[in-house]
Amino acid sequence: MSEEKIKITTPLTDDVVRKLKIGTQVLISGTIYTGRDAAHKKMTDALGKGEPLPFDPKGQIIYFVGPAPAKPGKPIGSAGPTTSYRMNAYSPAMLDAGLKGMIGKGQMSEEVRDKLKEHIACYFLAIGGAGALIAKSIKEAEIIAYDDLGPEAVRKLTVEDFPAIVTFDCYGGNLFEEGVRQYSRE
Amino acid sequence: MREIDVNEVIPKVRQMCMDANYFLGDDVKSALVNAEKNEESPVGKGILSDIIKNSEIARDQQVPMCQDTGFAVFFVEIGQDVHFTGGSITDAINEGVRQGYADGYLRKSILGDPIQRVNTKDNTPAVIHYDIVPGNKVKIIFAAKGGGSENMSEIRMMKPSDGVEGLKDFVLDRVRRSGGNPCPPIIVGIGVGGTFEKCAQIAKKSLLREIGSKHPDPYYAALEAELLEKVNKIGIGPQGLGGRTTALAVFIEAHPCHIASFPVAVNIQCHAARHKEVII
Ligand code: SF4
Repeated sequence: MSEEKIKITTPLTDDVVRKLKIGTQVLISGTIYTGRDAAHKKMTDALGKGEPLPFDPKGQIIYFVGPAPAKPGKPIGSAGPTTSYRMNAYSPAMLDAGLKGMIGKGQMSEEVRDKLKEHIACYFLAIGGAGALIAKSIKEAEIIAYDDLGPEAVRKLTVEDFPAIVTFDCYGGNLFEEGVRQYSRE
Repeated sequence: MREIDVNEVIPKVRQMCMDANYFLGDDVKSALVNAEKNEESPVGKGILSDIIKNSEIARDQQVPMCQDTGFAVFFVEIGQDVHFTGGSITDAINEGVRQGYADGYLRKSILGDPIQRVNTKDNTPAVIHYDIVPGNKVKIIFAAKGGGSENMSEIRMMKPSDGVEGLKDFVLDRVRRSGGNPCPPIIVGIGVGGTFEKCAQIAKKSLLREIGSKHPDPYYAALEAELLEKVNKIGIGPQGLGGRTTALAVFIEAHPCHIASFPVAVNIQCHAARHKEVII
């Protein structure tokens, strides 16, 4: 990955998201929030009932992660992405509520891709299984909701140069499809 | 008859849980280094180099290479001349897991019930496969199996008429449909034959083989090589973003089978291929 990396800071604006095309490597700084299946279910249930979320999603990024426990003196344990397709059922509602991005691994659905276009948002890939490396960019972590879910609780993370790749952009681009098409020899 | 106090097993299991999660096996590491050298996609090359870097950070800081520190899966071979004393061997293994996951800062990912979904908070119970073998030793193999790659696994009760071509199509289809979900590069473990449950179990067991090792049966060695080449032609590449490196290895384990059956199981393993063994 020798190409230039773009530094972005949360909350994201439309102008910033429009610059992010598939294949762009970004270094994210600022605040991001964590959530996996169980937390997403609770959050979208809350949205359905018109109740507030644990954080204001406007312009924010959710990282699909359930980190390992922090060793003493560290803000967090290993913290790589979990598989994103399990959030296909929930991400559209989160995007409708103002979310600007998700970070995970693996494909997401057509419905999510359409929502990203509609709301000028994007989906980033972090390297699955590189949790020890990724944790180095996480400077602070604080549980803000659903403590009872253990690793699945919602955390507020302060990140510095968190490495990710734009895989679905706000123009409908999909790096998975393009990449596999380019390298397939079947 | 040899007596083994089960309390002797607890610290060994505790240590294996931590070591497997901190230290990537040399075979996986050198397969990754090789793959990085040969990868054509620049993005893929970068990802492989980060995965290698990640394993070095995990080793140096003694932190888990991946936050999903897995379901604790054991294959235990018990010599038939062994008599366990001091309690239950299953309880001792679970106690070792409990201690290893707590003291090693490993993630607790196990729910007490699949439908009601409440976390047991200590990563127990483990899944333990026991086997009785000749002798007076006990061999314990621990594997930390991540959920992302396990979810891409599948068993199919194929027809004998589907033959080996049907098996190949199924395996390739399974890998294609998995895409980037199981964190490629992956290892493909294939069980063929046996009954429904035996087939799945040998698929998992095949994943314990060393990368680079050849199947002792030349027929299966050739089939493994052919499948590995075909899998890497799909183009999924590191993390599914396209490239030459989709799998590091394909392993097959076969078992005798009923005249009416042709079961095939595909167990997908991610690059965080973590297993350790001890002999007592
Ligand atoms: S599939 Fe493997 S590498 Fe990927 S998150 Fe799960 S355990 Fe980690």
